[in-house]
Amino acid sequence: MRFLFKTDYDQDVRLFKDGQQKFWYGALAIFLLGLPLALPEYLVGQMVFILIYSIIGLGMMLLIGFTGQISLGHAAFLAVGAYTEAWLQARGAPFAVSLAAAGLLAGLAGVIVGLPALRLKGIYLAIATMAFGFIVEEAVTRWDSVTGGNSGKQLKQIDFFGALIDNDVRFYYLCLGLVFIIMLGMINLMRSSTGRAFVAIRDSEISAQSMGIHLARYKTIAFAISAALTGMAGALYAHKLQFISPEQFNLLVSIEMATLVFIGGLGSFHGAIFGAIFVITLPQLIVFMKDYLPPAIAQQTGLQPTIFGLILIGFLLFEPLGIYGRWVKIRTYFSLFPFYRRGMFRRQKTYMKSDRLK
Amino acid sequence: MSFFKAENISIQFGGVKAVTNVSFEVEEGEVFTIIGPNGAGKTTIFNLISLIYPPTSGRIIFKGQEITGMAPHRVANLGIARTFQNIELFEHATVLQNLLIGRHNHRSTSFLEELLFLPAARRAEIAHREAAEKVVDFLELQHYRDSFVAGLPYGVRKVVELGRALCIGPKLLLLDEPSSGLNPEETDGMAFWIEDIKKDLGVTVLMVEHDMSLVSRVSDRVLALSQGEMLSLGTSREVQSDPKVIEAYLGRPE
Repeated sequence: MRFLFKTDYDQDVRLFKDGQQKFWYGALAIFLLGLPLALPEYLVGQMVFILIYSIIGLGMMLLIGFTGQISLGHAAFLAVGAYTEAWLQARGAPFAVSLAAAGLLAGLAGVIVGLPALRLKGIYLAIATMAFGFIVEEAVTRWDSVTGGNSGKQLKQIDFFGALIDNDVRFYYLCLGLVFIIMLGMINLMRSSTGRAFVAIRDSEISAQSMGIHLARYKTIAFAISAALTGMAGALYAHKLQFISPEQFNLLVSIEMATLVFIGGLGSFHGAIFGAIFVITLPQLIVFMKDYLPPAIAQQTGLQPTIFGLILIGFLLFEPLGIYGRWVKIRTYFSLFPFYRRGMFRRQKTYMKSDRLK
Repeated sequence: MSFFKAENISIQFGGVKAVTNVSFEVEEGEVFTIIGPNGAGKTTIFNLISLIYPPTSGRIIFKGQEITGMAPHRVANLGIARTFQNIELFEHATVLQNLLIGRHNHRSTSFLEELLFLPAARRAEIAHREAAEKVVDFLELQHYRDSFVAGLPYGVRKVVELGRALCIGPKLLLLDEPSSGLNPEETDGMAFWIEDIKKDLGVTVLMVEHDMSLVSRVSDRVLALSQGEMLSLGTSREVQSDPKVIEAYLGRPE
């Protein structure tokens, strides 16, 4: 076990706590940069999906994990981003412009959805956002002239400042760069007063208000950022699939995006990434597993949702902090070895809360 | 001009008159305590002052400025900080982060500066930490600085909440039952801190309290309430010996 001896406030503020952390993140960066060279094309494609879902995960984490506002309508923002991208690309807009527009438009939609969030909480907010999801899904289906309706919309390859993103390896580097930039921005926000305001709203609205935090403004900001990130992910998603149609943005996708952060681990950016890895790899693992299962089980139609649901319930029961929580425990076990105790992470009982704002 | 003034404030929830025509003034630099039996409307008055409820009638004036009708989050900017009866800390954050959230009204950086973490944001962060560290020093919270609130004992949480309110840099501090749930020793410590806050930091304290030994020890003036109405106002001794107050607490002899 190591102790950091702090001599400067800057040590609390800086990005990496110490040299060791710097080393491991450096190693991770090199690993990620080298990965496509070692993997077959198909797996690089899966890595692209993981990166796109990581962007979604970061947005969801900001909203659900840090600000404590649930949303079951995020597929709508994915759709707004995807269709904006398709529409603008068809009209010859450069990728940088259309990506920014996808983010901006989805962000604006996020502000609109954020408005009911100022009054609604918990399950009511979930239902309101879900309704928004249905509205957008329906609008996308009916608005033939822009979205192509049920017959969908084709996309061309990305022209990134003259470089054509014509294979998954290039796509991978593009997404990796975006994830890196977004991650950095999110970390910056969370280590300054805006991020703390989000956390304050999550833990106690009434005292956040007494601390001078403008609840409406910060909830709207959280919704807007989260929606904008999802919109940008939607633009990338559309290009990855090269074809979009309304059924790709239904309620199940919204739910998948929300469960991503619960399984990854609420309240940490690591969790967003872990969740993305989980959501993308699990279906692959299930397909792989099917060969080894008796056909009576392997051929069942609901196999994947069932396993997904069981794992989610398992996490909620046994590891509410998700994959990241488990990771922290394992790391602590080794760094304290042999002094780790079973009860170390047991939650203290919470004391009574005074009357809440409605 | 008085420092803080409540003029005939009343609030009704449906047919329930929680507070009726309460008026009082707090002088700068004093400790003013509101006492009263359960349901007297003490916490409601606090919620009125921190603008969580709008009063049905009456005005609240702080340093010559009427605050009734303002948005609740602006109270902190005026220099009014509060604690809560049942502790409303940010549980899934460390003590230091809680104190830093208390510095929110001193925010000087824009969203963009924070997003890119420009030098201005870094300087602001370091300045916030210096200020929070002064409070840590003042309340002797060094030992708990990096612990999560969810794991702290009740007594420490009370102190952390006091610290968070101090981080606002208040001119008027509202303490809602600072000794509730504390053992006699911790209550004693709380009394010392209230005295220090008044003497060393020059902060005016408006307090709701049940523990009469704490009340008589730190308060300059006491207001007794019952059923939302004013009973008695004066020094602690005067109020405690007022027959109306004794009647409100103990009932009338047959």
